[in-house]
Amino acid sequence: MTADKSSRHESVRVVFGTRASHIGLALCALGVIALAAAPLWGGRDDLQLLSEMYAYVALASLWNLLAGYAGLVSVGQQAYVGLGAYLLFGFVILGGLSPLWAIPLAGVISALVAIPVAGLVFRLRGHYFAIGTWIVAEVFRLTASQVSPLGGGSGTSLPASVIIAIAPSRQLRDFIEYWIALALVIVVLAAIVLLLRSRYGLALKAIRDSEIAARCSGIDVTRTKLLVYIVTAFGTAMVGALIFLQKLRISPDAAFSVNDWTAFVIFITVIGGIGRIEGPIVGTIVFFALRQTLADLGTLYLMMLGLVAIVVMLAAPKGIWGLIAARSGFSVFPLERKVVFEEFSGARK
Amino acid sequence: MDWINVILQGVLVGGLYAMFAAGLSLIFGVMRLVNIAHGDLIVLAAYVALVTTQALGIGPLTSLIIVVPVMALIGYLLQWLVLNRTLGDDLLPPLLVTFGLSVIIQNGLLTLFTADSVKLQAGDLEVATVRLAQGLYVGVLPLLQFAVAVAVIGGLQFIFYRTALGRAFRATADNPEVAQLMGLDNRRVFAFAMALSLAVVAIAGVFLAVRANFDPSQGPARLIFGFEAVIIGGLGSLWGTLAGGLILGVAQAIGAHLNPGWQILAGHIAFLVVLAVRPQGLFPKVRT
Repeated sequence: MTADKSSRHESVRVVFGTRASHIGLALCALGVIALAAAPLWGGRDDLQLLSEMYAYVALASLWNLLAGYAGLVSVGQQAYVGLGAYLLFGFVILGGLSPLWAIPLAGVISALVAIPVAGLVFRLRGHYFAIGTWIVAEVFRLTASQVSPLGGGSGTSLPASVIIAIAPSRQLRDFIEYWIALALVIVVLAAIVLLLRSRYGLALKAIRDSEIAARCSGIDVTRTKLLVYIVTAFGTAMVGALIFLQKLRISPDAAFSVNDWTAFVIFITVIGGIGRIEGPIVGTIVFFALRQTLADLGTLYLMMLGLVAIVVMLAAPKGIWGLIAARSGFSVFPLERKVVFEEFSGARK
Repeated sequence: MDWINVILQGVLVGGLYAMFAAGLSLIFGVMRLVNIAHGDLIVLAAYVALVTTQALGIGPLTSLIIVVPVMALIGYLLQWLVLNRTLGDDLLPPLLVTFGLSVIIQNGLLTLFTADSVKLQAGDLEVATVRLAQGLYVGVLPLLQFAVAVAVIGGLQFIFYRTALGRAFRATADNPEVAQLMGLDNRRVFAFAMALSLAVVAIAGVFLAVRANFDPSQGPARLIFGFEAVIIGGLGSLWGTLAGGLILGVAQAIGAHLNPGWQILAGHIAFLVVLAVRPQGLFPKVRT
């Protein structure tokens, strides 16, 4: 009897993947290799476009973790994009640090800043939390414009000596920055998948589905949300630092722009599919496809983007990937646990 | 005398902020919706007033006769056609839809009116002043604006607690299911609430347009000021919202007096201090 029990115990495995997801993941790996080799097949413009897309995939994935999983709908993540960027400029220009070290350092400090900020904004619920985070971002922007060593309201540029220190030739510099951007988005995505597959991921999904039920199951809701908020700040700040390292120029209005770092990010996530890992990737591709074809229309393009977001939210609130997943059940990064009973297959043999 | 002047100016501007906040507070109270496009709707009202005054050759204050009903109608239709579909337990849809709306209004105004800032001309009224004491003068316009703000808050208070519509608002806010069982059509009640909110937005927009230059990008800042006034005052209390607006106005005036770069920052800091020390606001009514 006991032997039977233990053998049953051993024969049960908990897995995430399916055959389709393994194939999908393998294709993704091939895609990443092709993208890593982009300096071989792409021109300077291609690399810049791809880098920008990586930054948006990373920002949207982080926002998705925050809003789609932890239910913390923030419209103030530009606070951390700008903070990361300003910290990078500060460390490099005033501290003489290498930009490549300044990126993770900016992430760490922003994560520390996020702790007291969370203490304030977590007092607001739901919609009010959203606008509260926006005010925090405005405070950061107005404070940055008072920092005169970094150019105050008009901003500043990275000195040429710093840029040359990354790599002597412009081409090599482009390559290095491109690879950092690619590495960063892969790290962000991998970290999110691992987080969501961990204990915390289960807790997060429970909170997403019902906060009260999650609390009843013994989940420390506030602590879990705080963890996600800090992790998101850490990642967002590093992405922000990298974006402005590539731009070479910073100003408070650009670094803390609600349109660039929040409106677009939210549209990408919503159009692609909120609450799914694949959503921000699909959304970024759609967003950039629209931008490359319609950006000449200027304000009309932005109006169309707003309209598309409204229509998607009303007609298909799970986004494009939500529709695909609902029809096919397919997922490249499966987060659901599946229990496999091996004893049955063994018995059949 | 210098400081009295600063505080007085702050109080008078605070009335405008209270008007920004009242519309926001109203729809949050009735349907738990925060309208991200609120500030852009205020700016839209200012442009509607601009077109009206130019087309009909009337003064800004007279134009209210047209701007208020137009904005109320926009509010009714907006709620009826779009926002009612977003209401539910999930807070993302209303937030994202109003966010999309904000982008559409902002860029629509930019397309129609360019980014150049404009202003409504109110003629002699703009420069008329009243002497309060030796060396202390206040403009008639800010005074009027403040009086209108108090009247608007008082009017909303009256509608909420003394009329059938207000009863419907309160009933739906307390329990939408039971309100529906009692024969109220919630969707219509919400549409009326949004219409009323945008009627207040219309008044705020006209005063905004007379007071200073405006352009299509100013909406988000107005939303933030209104929001700060609501939270400082305390959720669900209309007179609290007025007090919140005044505190925000005074904080900004003091900040601006110390250093012109600190005006907006001082308002935000006052908000954050209230949030840290008394998160339920100074005069709360709704317990969440």
